[in-house]
Amino acid sequence: MPKDHGIGASPTRREDVRFLTGRGKYTDDIALQGQTYAVFARSQVANGVIKSIDTSEAEKMPGVLAVFTGEDFVDVGGNPAGWQINSRDGEPMKEPKRPVLAHGKVRHVGDAYAAVIAETEEQARDAAEAIVAEIDEQPAVVDMAAALKDGAPLVHDEIETNQCFDWGWIEDNRAATDEAIKNAPHVTTLELVNNRLVPNAMEPRASTADYDPGTGDYTLYTTSQNPHLTRLLISAFVLGIPENKLKVVAPDVGGGFGSKIYHYGEEALVLAAAKKIGRPVRWTASRSESFLTDAHGRDHVTKIELACEKDGTFIAFRTETMANVGAYLSNFSTATPTFLHGTLMAGNYAVPNVYVNVKAVFTNTAPVDAYRGAGRPEATYSLERVIDMAARELGIDPLEIRRKNFVQPDQFPFTSAAGLEYDTGDYGALVDKLEEMIDRKGFEARRKESEKNGKLRGLGVNTYIEACGIAPSNLVGVLGSRVGLYDAATVRVNATGNIAVMVGAHSHGQGHETAFPQVVADMLGIDENSVEIVHGDTSKIPFGMGTYGSRSLAVCGSAVVRATEKVINKGKKIAAHMLEASEADIEFTDGQFSVAGTDKSVGFGDVALKAYIPHDFPLEEVEPGLEETAFYDPANFTYPAGAYACEVEVDPETGKVTIERFAAADDFGNVINPMIVSGQVHGGLAQGIGQALLENTTYDADGQLISASYMDYAMPRADDVPFYSVDHSCQTPCTHNPLGVKGCGEAGAIGSPPSVVNAVIDALQSGGHTNVTHIDMPLTPSRVWSAMNS
Amino acid sequence: MTQVSMTVNGKPVSGEVEGRTLLADYLREDLRLTGTHIGCDTSQCGACVVHVNGKAVKACTMFAAEAEGAEVTTIEGMANPDGSLNTIQQAFQDHHGLQCGFCTPGMVMSAAALLEENPKPTEAEIRDYLEGNICRCTGYHNIVKAIMAASGQDVSAIAAE
Repeated sequence: MPKDHGIGASPTRREDVRFLTGRGKYTDDIALQGQTYAVFARSQVANGVIKSIDTSEAEKMPGVLAVFTGEDFVDVGGNPAGWQINSRDGEPMKEPKRPVLAHGKVRHVGDAYAAVIAETEEQARDAAEAIVAEIDEQPAVVDMAAALKDGAPLVHDEIETNQCFDWGWIEDNRAATDEAIKNAPHVTTLELVNNRLVPNAMEPRASTADYDPGTGDYTLYTTSQNPHLTRLLISAFVLGIPENKLKVVAPDVGGGFGSKIYHYGEEALVLAAAKKIGRPVRWTASRSESFLTDAHGRDHVTKIELACEKDGTFIAFRTETMANVGAYLSNFSTATPTFLHGTLMAGNYAVPNVYVNVKAVFTNTAPVDAYRGAGRPEATYSLERVIDMAARELGIDPLEIRRKNFVQPDQFPFTSAAGLEYDTGDYGALVDKLEEMIDRKGFEARRKESEKNGKLRGLGVNTYIEACGIAPSNLVGVLGSRVGLYDAATVRVNATGNIAVMVGAHSHGQGHETAFPQVVADMLGIDENSVEIVHGDTSKIPFGMGTYGSRSLAVCGSAVVRATEKVINKGKKIAAHMLEASEADIEFTDGQFSVAGTDKSVGFGDVALKAYIPHDFPLEEVEPGLEETAFYDPANFTYPAGAYACEVEVDPETGKVTIERFAAADDFGNVINPMIVSGQVHGGLAQGIGQALLENTTYDADGQLISASYMDYAMPRADDVPFYSVDHSCQTPCTHNPLGVKGCGEAGAIGSPPSVVNAVIDALQSGGHTNVTHIDMPLTPSRVWSAMNS
Repeated sequence: MTQVSMTVNGKPVSGEVEGRTLLADYLREDLRLTGTHIGCDTSQCGACVVHVNGKAVKACTMFAAEAEGAEVTTIEGMANPDGSLNTIQQAFQDHHGLQCGFCTPGMVMSAAALLEENPKPTEAEIRDYLEGNICRCTGYHNIVKAIMAASGQDVSAIAAE
């Protein structure tokens, strides 16, 4: 029987009621008394020298209150990169300044060089168009290989190169890997592109700032996955506003997928403007601005080699990647292609040799940073495509070659050749489950049926492993992170026994308001409806690092557990006093504190009330109140893993690919709310299928973004995807966090692209197109048809 | 400025708007009915779908002035008279048909229009009808399932939670 409450149950989400009735409160829904509007003037060229900016006409326009240019921010700091990467020769990465507004040069289409504040949005827009900027257009660099050539135009003149870093992982393994590949009986080589994507949260970015001249306090309402991180970046690096004078509030957030982790210049601009004009300043991105300026994702060009024995035993993986970081370093842009990618290049496999080289490249394009999965989809795609290709070359079943090389259940904890210590897993069980879910035995009959209808049918499989629950501070510190990655929670028991839990994680669709109370209520033996989550407001919550990297439950949830344990321990002291017993004899089960071996007990609610009416407390032994905070810093990453299968039909007349079946078997460790977990996987699958078949971010040679609207950027629609079959019953609980959870948010997007592409290649091969061994994503009808007819 | 009058969620409203003011902006900024969301600037995403004289309309595709005299229903007007969720809203909650909630008002308004004209749509008909509503969170699985459930169809055979 499924549970009806607590951990493992699927109560419907309490946040849904406000969303379904139009009463959600997103940043752009907030209207402050006397608010004004900001509109940005943005570069229309990809690379240009700013000769002059004439704002005089704009300043005279109706309703205009202020105009800002880059000149106004020359004395404030840049928006920093959060992760220091060193090149193979020990040189630190190149870190050109990322200003609030472009100054001296514009470096990508959409780069903001001025902003207007006006009484209405329309007046601000009209005035922004009246700004006269003389920008001397320079040749742009868009293609990474071209950007690395001698004499290429420079994105940042002061660093004299477009290469941010040239990183090796693990450098000491390089020679052994080269040697292993040189001597291997079989080497499969694949060159591929991991296509550039735009995250496209449905809620565009928005920021409203307010300044109180009476107190000197600033408030920033903004679309953020991590309000404390935003505050820290603005305070410590950019504007220098003292942290205790800046409140950052992220109300309901309409999706993020990584793009709302980062601090953006618009946030700093509205804060500075609110102070200058003494009124609230509001800015909301149009979708076109989102396409031009949100941090994009992926964009790797990779060569991967797999060396193996003739029987398919893996000997080595060697990867060379160029990773686009765009025109400026976004906050986690340097971690994504390195430690979130290179460290996963052993996959689920007991392969002895792994070496990864990543060159990060500046180009005249929007910044690129973590997008759902962040580095791990790139690792998974490279590995699982080249494995599929090797299996075909060697005549080995694609699941068998994987089974043969899996880390086996009795090998955990297992240190991979890429340096991570996987704590638990059972990859064979996932593959067994997958075969059942996809009905592999019935595939040949389905293929014949498709062939009768003139269609080619293919089955593609892959596995994945990811490092989630980002992350242990001591480990990421060694690897170059400039922040710690713990999280925090405060459990406040009110006098009447209901509870507020203040958490550092921040939901942007994940259902924290429902799932976290399940944990607390289960531990305290109380009704989960009496537990309320408070999040998203730096003035109300402890300092937490927010929601990304599938970390909310594994890291912040663990902090919730620890804080709740402290509440129970404090409750035992109070109960001991109330029951006139020794604290050591107090047990707590099902909401009752009782004296072991007796029938004496007192309920949680009575203890809570007593905590706030301490008339007869032994104050030297126990303080009044019942409120506890815990900071939790994990011992390791968590390692969710899965096996995915996709079945496609290809129309040989048009090249159109249709997804007929998709099955996902995931190991997320223990699961708190299975309904929410399945929903997370569904969403990730659609994004992965979108990457594989539809989505592509295209710049032309001049750096103009060709795919800058939903007319041109192919978002997955309801009729592009099937009903999915998802399962998370194969559970090997995480060994180092108290809930045994691993994280589920990114899995679908990480695991799905290779199986889609593998399925299309399988379909084409079955139709006699044996020369087609790879097609770069997205597999549009045009690309598939061209491959078939080449 | 132009004077406009219309009925929104059963209540008469009127005000002055610029000729260029879109219905979506009038609802959000003038009437403060912020449940109607704006997710794009090319009339693609469907987050702003409302009903105008009983038809589903993207509120970014018409000027407020064009709604003169119209009966407009927004997401705020969809719950039952006692404030409880209506059948479609309840099905979205029961089947986890929403995550971040941003596309949800448009999805519910489109679903209501679909079921008005086709009370028992097939899966394919639902997916086809939702062509103009983009969701980035759910992968559509539970949205389609919720709409089938709201139409009284048995969805127990559709994969899992």
